Order: sequence, then C-alpha cells, then structure tokens
Amino acid sequence: MSFHPKMAYDATFHKSSRTLADPGPAFVFTPENRARLDAIVLRYPADRKRSAVLPALYLAQSQQGYITGNAMVHIAGILEITPADVEDVVTYYTMFYTKPVGRFVLSVCRTLSCAVNGAERVVEEICAKLDIAPGQTDATGTFTLIEAECLGACDRAPVIMVNDAWQELQRPEDVGALLDALRAHGEAALTGCHHVVEKK
Amino acid sequence: MEPIITKHVREPNSFTLDFYLRHGGYESLKKALASHTPDQIIEMVKASGLRGRGGAGFPTGMKWQFVDKKSDKPRYIACNADESEPGTFKDHVIMERNPHLLIEGCAIACYAIGARIAYIYIRGEFFHVQHVLEQAIADARTRGFLGTNVFGSGFDCEVYVHRGAGAYEAGEETALLESLEGKRAQPRNKPPFPAVVGLYGCPTAVNNVETLANVPLIVQHGPEWFAAIGPEKNGGPKLYSISGHVKRPGVYEASMDVTLKELIYGEQYCQGMRDGRTLKAVIPGGSSVPILLPEHLDAQASFDGVLKAGSMLGSAGAIVLDDTTCMVWLAENLLHFYRHESCGKCTPCREGTDWLHKILRRIEHGEGQMRDLDLLASIGAQIGGKTLCAFGDAAVTPVLTTLKHFRHEYEAHIRDGRCSQVADWRARQPIGAH
Repeated sequence: MSFHPKMAYDATFHKSSRTLADPGPAFVFTPENRARLDAIVLRYPADRKRSAVLPALYLAQSQQGYITGNAMVHIAGILEITPADVEDVVTYYTMFYTKPVGRFVLSVCRTLSCAVNGAERVVEEICAKLDIAPGQTDATGTFTLIEAECLGACDRAPVIMVNDAWQELQRPEDVGALLDALRAHGEAALTGCHHVVEKK
Repeated sequence: MEPIITKHVREPNSFTLDFYLRHGGYESLKKALASHTPDQIIEMVKASGLRGRGGAGFPTGMKWQFVDKKSDKPRYIACNADESEPGTFKDHVIMERNPHLLIEGCAIACYAIGARIAYIYIRGEFFHVQHVLEQAIADARTRGFLGTNVFGSGFDCEVYVHRGAGAYEAGEETALLESLEGKRAQPRNKPPFPAVVGLYGCPTAVNNVETLANVPLIVQHGPEWFAAIGPEKNGGPKLYSISGHVKRPGVYEASMDVTLKELIYGEQYCQGMRDGRTLKAVIPGGSSVPILLPEHLDAQASFDGVLKAGSMLGSAGAIVLDDTTCMVWLAENLLHFYRHESCGKCTPCREGTDWLHKILRRIEHGEGQMRDLDLLASIGAQIGGKTLCAFGDAAVTPVLTTLKHFRHEYEAHIRDGRCSQVADWRARQPIGAH
C-alpha cells in the first residue's frame, strides 16, 4: 500500500457509511409472543432454528413497532445464531423497519401496472397532503409513506398496502378521503382484497 | 373452456373445507394414497405434460423424478407462493379462494417424492391470504387430510406456511430455499439443483402454487384428460393475470390455445382497451420478458406460442400498454424495480442495474446523449448471462427490447431534451428520494 503525501490521514480519513443498529430500549418478547415463536420454531428441524428468523422478526416488529439492536440480540439468542446473522436478514428485507414508523405505513406500489393507473399521482397527493417525501413520517407520527415495488394486485391498481392490509383501486383524487378515513376508523376504512365476496 | 381451478372462486365461502368437500375435495389425495404408488403418481404427472406455472415451464413430472430418492436425508416440497413478478397475481386467487386445492396438491406432491413436509413460502405482502391458508391447513389437519397416517395409509404429511418479507429475488427457487433457511434471499450456484441439494441440503422439489393446484386435477381425471386441454405439450388449464390499460383487468382461466388477442379483446376476458385507446405494446409474461407489438397478438398464449412470437409466457402475467405510454419511461420504471430488487450477490447485476437506471433516468429527463444508447446496450450485454440466476437477464430485457422496438423514442428524448409524451397518469413533478 502506498501513501500519497497529499492525502489527508486525519480523523476524517476513514469514513464508513455503515450505520450501527439503534440498540433501543431493552427487549424481551412478551410471554404470548415467546409462546408463538416457540410454536413456530417446531415447524423446522431441531438443528435449523434459524429458519424461524423471519417470523421472529415479525413478532418483534409487532411488539415494538420496529426492529432494534436489542431485539436482534434477543432473537439471535433464542435461535442460536449471532446478532450479525439477524442483522444481515433485517437489512435485506424491505418489510422490516429499523426506525420508528407512523401508526399507518402506506406502501404505495409504484411498479408498472400501478404506475400506468396513476400510482405516481397517488404518491404525489399523499406527499402534498402530509407535507412529506417518500420514506418519511408525517409530523403527527400517524403516516409513513413508502414507495413499494410490485405488491401483486395489478388488476386493482393502484394499490396501497396499509400496514398488513390492502387498499385497492386508490384514485389520486380520493387520497384525502382515505387519509381522513384512516384517522377516524383505522384499518376498517380500507377496501381490502376484492376476492373476499363474503363481506358484501 | 369452462374454468376448472377458478370455477367456484366467486361463490361465498369457496375457501372453506366444507365447500371444498361438497365439490369432491380431497378425493384425489384419497385415490392417490389408496390406489397409486408414488412412482405411479410421478408417471401420471409426466404423462399429463404438466409444465411449471411459475415461469420456466419445466415439466413438473421430470422435476419430481430428479428428486434424489437414494439419499437417506429427508425430502421436502417447497411451494413457491412468492408471486413477485410484476404483473402476476394469479396464485393469490387460488390461495385466497381455493386454498384446499393447493393443500391437496402439496400433500400429493409430498407423497409422490417421499416428503413429509411441504413449506409454502408466501410473500409478506399477502398477509391476508396467509390467514386463509393457515386456517385451511388447520381445518384439513383436524379432519385428517394432513398429519399422521392420512386416510389410514401410513402416509404422514405436514404443510406449513412461511412468510417472506419483501424480496422479489425470493421467487428464484434457490433464493427461496435460502430465505426458508433464515438467510438473505440470494441465489445459489447451480448445479447442484434443489432436487439433489435443496432445503437444508436435502433433496427438494420447488413448485409454483398453480402447478401444485393442477396436480389433484390430474389424479382425479387422468393424464389424458389433462393433456387434451389446449395444444400439444401445453396442456391443462392456465391462469392469466392481465393488467394495465384494459377495460377489465383480472385473472382469467383458459386453455392455452387462446390467443393474446382474445385475452385482451375477448368479451369474456378483458374486453379491449380503455377510453378507446389503441394498444401499443404487451409484456406477455411478467415484466421480465421481451415486449410484444400489436402485430404479435395473434400468437397463441401458450409456452411455445409466445416463444415463437419472440417472447416468453413466463408467469402469464400480461401487462397491456396503450399509446399514452412512453417506452423510455417504461424502461426506467422497470429498471427502478430491478435496481431495487437486485439481491446484490453478483456484481454485474448489482452494479449494472443501478447504472442502467441512472442512464435511463437521465434520458427520460432530457439529459441524455446519443452515445448513451450504445452504453445501455453494452451494459446490458455485460449483465445478461453473467449472473448466477436469471435475474440479470430479466433486468436487461426491458431495456434491450424497448431499445430494439422503440429506438426512435429514445432518440426523440435526447434530441428534444425532454419527454414529449407525459401521460395524464404520470407524476406532475419527478418524485421519489431516488
């Protein structure tokens, strides 16, 4: 390795863009969630507990809202893997949040079939109504907007995933009504999946 | 053709076990266990000509036959319910409205290859579907269609649902297995194929939802009946997901002798283009396949028919685009997808999709140069065929085929310094933090 005289070898030299996971508050699963996880682990071979890492992370996220460093350490302990193994998974998959999110996470599908049906306008309207950019949470902590890739409901475009539920055929002009309805009625305000004929 | 798989999906409570049993449910599993050996089931599926519905169209019976039976390790069925290919939403209908057909298919597949466990890997966004599926599995287990000693035959079978968490790449069979093992969804080098070294290093068959849903039909009606539906070597009912600028987007079941034109314009299908517009292009098999033009629409919507027309049937998710669609914008939109979803394992794909997207974005915003067009083609050639899985080839396809058919649109963007075809459904201002 050669050292160039003009290079600044000061404190600013080594710049890693890697951000360490926020350790957050102390984390243990509630007894209910722990029991759920223990039941899920049994679905996999005894020496393959690691397979339960995705379900474990979903449980942690439902319990705490997002995944912290302490949650990763706790899960790693249960599944007998390293915290780095868990972090590796958390940072790969898009459905895990490593920072707090709003009460409603609006994942607007932006891929082709939704886009040609106005998804870009839906995002635009949400941004304008909440005064945020994609990836941000509004000032009241109610809504987080995410531009998602294909959600697999292209015939009911544009589609928004709100937390774990669906809103289909969302017209840009009705975005205000959707936000108001969510504030007032929560997820019950959503149209849901159109395949469910029983509720009509 | 009368729908078979989706015949009852619009009826109330079609997802319940009682409904399924009223329509002959689990009779195929009973028949398979009582009067066929596992090898006979594999022979039946081979004779039926059933081809995988996930995208590649590989014969299912052969896939099962490749499963290493000499190995002393356990064997597994992994059902691919990731359904992540843009424009595809057919498996969703099966899982939500006819879940027992899939569960019965999983059980028969387990019996055929000698597995005791089937994992259904469902994408994280289908949480509402997962509830239906898990309830259906619990109901089937309570009635003895799953669990130990099914129908008193000594055959044990469990089906579990495993929820993904938002990764397109998990739909690739080896990446799916990695994800099931609790790792990043990144593909493995092949060979060895999953049939020999799959889940947990054990022989595994990875099959799409629609593929497994066809298996009970083959057992029930016989391979000849199945092969007689549709053209030769493209037998059986097929689900088509059609979206985009059509009047009636949705999932349609047809035999594979239907043409793309019928699917798009037919009265019982999509009923033509919206707002009296004309059709500009169709991506027939999910976003990863070459674009077809109006003159190709007479092609048969079968594996071989679409191949002959210059594209691929893929997952049979057709995205139909009208004349308001700017093709440079389309390539940019899809490359945004591929750039985001590239798993990062192979350098050509990880870096190349980002470069392609940056260049396309530059051209779309009127800042491109003519030499960018050669650069796009050159990067495309450096990615295609140089990655572990087919993602790389899929990612360059939208760029290369739009360049091939719509080069004049690219040139117009560069010449005019802007996109002259901003449709009213597009954002007024460029959006996104990207």
